Amino acid sequence: MTDQRFHRFQLPRQALPAVALVVLGLLVGAAARNPLAVRRRAQAASAVTDRSAGATLSTDATVAAIDRLLAENRRANGVEAAAAADNLTILRRLWLALGGTIPSLEEIRRFEADTAPGAVDRALATLLADRRSADALARRLASPLVGDEKGEFIVFRRDRFTTWLADQIAANRPWDQTVREMVSARGLWTDTPAVNFITQAAANGVIDADKLAGRVSRVFLGARLDCAQCHDHPFAAWKQGEFEGLAASFAQAKLSPVGVEDDPARVHRIDRTSVAALATAMTGAGRNVPPRVPFGAEWLGSGGTHRENLAAWVIHTDNRRFDRAIANRMWSLLFGTAWHEPVDDIPEPGPTSSPDDLLDLLADDFREHGRDLHRLIKVIAATEAFRFASTHPDLESAEGAARVKATWGAFPLTRLTPEQMIGAMAATTSLQTFQSHSHLLTRTIRFFRETDFLREYGQVVDSQGGSLPATIPQALVQMNGKFAREMVEANVVTATGRIAGMARDDVARLEVAFLVALTRRPTSEERESLLPLITLAETKGRGLEDVMWTLFNCPEFSWNH
Amino acid sequence: MPTRLRTSVGPRYEGIGSAPTGRRSVLLAAASLGLSFALPALPARAARRRGSERPRSLLVVWLAGGPSQLETFDPHPGHAAGGPTQDISTVIPDVRIAADYPRLAEVLDRFALVRSLVSKEGDHERGQYTVKTGYRPDPTAIHPALGAIAAHELPTTGLELPRFIALGGAEFPSRGGYLGNEFDPYRVFAPGQKGQNLVPHVPVDRQSRRLGALDSLTRSFETGRGEAVRRTFHEHTLREALTLMTSEQLAAFDLDGESESVKGLYGDSDFGRGCLVARRLIEAGVRSVEITLQGFDTHARNFAGHSSQAKLLDPALAALVGDLEDRDLLESTVVLVMGEFGRTPSINPLDGRDHWPHGFSCLLGGAGIATGQVIGSTDPEGVAKQPADPVEIPDLSATVLAALGIDFAREVATLVGRPMKLSAGTPLAKLLRAEA
Repeated sequence: MTDQRFHRFQLPRQALPAVALVVLGLLVGAAARNPLAVRRRAQAASAVTDRSAGATLSTDATVAAIDRLLAENRRANGVEAAAAADNLTILRRLWLALGGTIPSLEEIRRFEADTAPGAVDRALATLLADRRSADALARRLASPLVGDEKGEFIVFRRDRFTTWLADQIAANRPWDQTVREMVSARGLWTDTPAVNFITQAAANGVIDADKLAGRVSRVFLGARLDCAQCHDHPFAAWKQGEFEGLAASFAQAKLSPVGVEDDPARVHRIDRTSVAALATAMTGAGRNVPPRVPFGAEWLGSGGTHRENLAAWVIHTDNRRFDRAIANRMWSLLFGTAWHEPVDDIPEPGPTSSPDDLLDLLADDFREHGRDLHRLIKVIAATEAFRFASTHPDLESAEGAARVKATWGAFPLTRLTPEQMIGAMAATTSLQTFQSHSHLLTRTIRFFRETDFLREYGQVVDSQGGSLPATIPQALVQMNGKFAREMVEANVVTATGRIAGMARDDVARLEVAFLVALTRRPTSEERESLLPLITLAETKGRGLEDVMWTLFNCPEFSWNH
Repeated sequence: MPTRLRTSVGPRYEGIGSAPTGRRSVLLAAASLGLSFALPALPARAARRRGSERPRSLLVVWLAGGPSQLETFDPHPGHAAGGPTQDISTVIPDVRIAADYPRLAEVLDRFALVRSLVSKEGDHERGQYTVKTGYRPDPTAIHPALGAIAAHELPTTGLELPRFIALGGAEFPSRGGYLGNEFDPYRVFAPGQKGQNLVPHVPVDRQSRRLGALDSLTRSFETGRGEAVRRTFHEHTLREALTLMTSEQLAAFDLDGESESVKGLYGDSDFGRGCLVARRLIEAGVRSVEITLQGFDTHARNFAGHSSQAKLLDPALAALVGDLEDRDLLESTVVLVMGEFGRTPSINPLDGRDHWPHGFSCLLGGAGIATGQVIGSTDPEGVAKQPADPVEIPDLSATVLAALGIDFAREVATLVGRPMKLSAGTPLAKLLRAEA
């Protein structure tokens, strides 16, 4: 508990760039001295090469099956398909999902220069090959995997975990192997970053097996089995005893000076002090619970530690829940909303895989192609539904909007996450794409601006992942906040200043501003109503500031569409 | 598939009033906002209403980091657990508190003192969640803080200020949770000052041009997406933000009108000024105010640390209660003073105390509370882990909600339709006045 002394220690902000340099130097030095880590990285890199042959297999058949299924759903509900979205809109969606930001002017220009058919697919492939997409995906996945709580600083290293996860995603390591390592890894939280999946559940030096069981069931099985911690699950046929059995698989895990270890002598004991034991507290007696899985006992591994055996069960190729869960999550990543909400509580699969079940279609393709996350993303991004416009004639009425939504007849509107917001704002401020290898000072400054922004901005999703309307403080931050002011200010480094100074005339200025902020060109009506902001302004700079402020505060900026 | 966006905005639409004038009308008209969101200043009648006539409010004084019960409200001088801390008598016969709180001792009878709170959460983040919401952290739901529940359940009429305001930079802010993020507190990071981001960066003529253009872009985005865009409430929220930016009620944040003697009573500190602002906000009709005093996490130099905290807390808290009483606002305000847990009876080698959720203290006063009593006691020797007459956190939350006149057991559907009780506890009858 004394850990709080450490994370409460704060440096003056001015000192941080210098400190960051020192820390970076130490990390580089540590990596140089750690040949094991270097070797692991090399192995991960070779995995990419091995798998690239498999990844070239066509996704067409699966995409066509999904398109057919959705078309049938629309027909049955009397909903027409939306028009196709234009390519720039799709590029914006892909960048938001996979880059955590919107495309910079530089990216837009590059994309528009590629006029051959298949430009969107090529842009997606480039994005997936970019380290930034692995980082953004890892940040998104880290939240369900290790939660957003800070955890015990001494034994939990979120950054190590997220970087490790990004390494796996960048190397396109099969998802089942990544999961196996998270569930069963042993070692130190610093040296074996995967164990932070386990250590995040540590409180007061003790690993909370219930928390881990809940996480495994939600993230890897798409079931809130932890509801069965206190009562039987409302729609899955899962009982409290089954939850306890799952938790028992983590009972051997313990923290030691050499990190997370498995001690065969340890048993899962339910007693008065455990929340799961409310029922048994009536009797006052403790009892030992052996590991047990709620279904598919034949998939359990044997001969390993309880965690290794459980990992084998979770990722078993007959465990369709595993593939369906990640398919639903990746759908959510790309569309901003999951096929089944809440994303971590999806209906049980039917007895056999069905062509009428979208998650089965995605899950089967995923499993048959080596649980390749990149391919899964490509399949979803290639569907007609992903490439629909977000406009639809039926969206004028509430009933029509509900029908369109239920049938994925148009691309849904979803709120940008705070991280996407800050990414989009940063992309709007600078004309170039922000790079993870940008100058350290730039990154440090951005980090603190982001921290301030996030502190003021707060949350945009509920615990179910659904979009929430903006709050008054959020509207105030966007209109009047410090970051907003810096972003729209016309000076030599901001996009606003450079557009004001460089574009050939006011019409061109307005067009570039639209491209930078909204990834599209203005309509003629918009040109008519916004041009006066520039032409009537005292200076071009002021006029452009007003334009950028307006673009930045419009709903189109902060809602993915 | 369940609808995730709210289709009804509920209380946010209440209290629509007459025509705006001046700067406000320019801005609101610029954004084609018409008159619908221009509220009149809070009806003087509502603000003036006093005593039990007044709708209730919740005021939480949050002592962040885990205040030591032994150095505040439950000292044990001369015993193993007590350390060097001395005690003093208070207006409640036979009840003594730490000697660093002489002014609070004079008004302690305005509170009930609970010395036997128990929780299972010894981590700051989890502990504050538990104490503020009455529920332990649950990965499948975010529970609303008591302050958010109060803002959700209690009426606001003519209020342009946010219903729930948090003063001071709490490390783990209260959340609206499943009630919706419009019940997140409006946070003012520097207590004693006006909220941030309330002033436009440009003069009114440019601001008005910007808003005009914004309106045109919003219409453009609505084309072909009408209902979907309306459900974002983007424009609605913008109007409310503009209403707040131009509201006369913001004067509640401004201490210039307060006399030096009143300011002096609260103490010359940000926290003291924040407490004065808190009183003004309550007076203006804000339903829920939380003010945070940081700095109680004394793993080292516990005694010196707590003495300096007391220099801030003692005058401000005593002044706050006295001031509320003088203005006849205490009868309508529930005041809760506490942190996420207490500190260990043992003293560590750094002369500090560590986290201790097994018997810590809080003060509860104001509306509906049976004050002037002490509940529970801890072991002066620090041997027994369990205090006598333990009070569970869910029961405390139910008590606070009951004192506010809120149906604490009411079930509210979350955005996915899961029914959740506002509180899972049972109010402690002995803490509530018979008429409450």
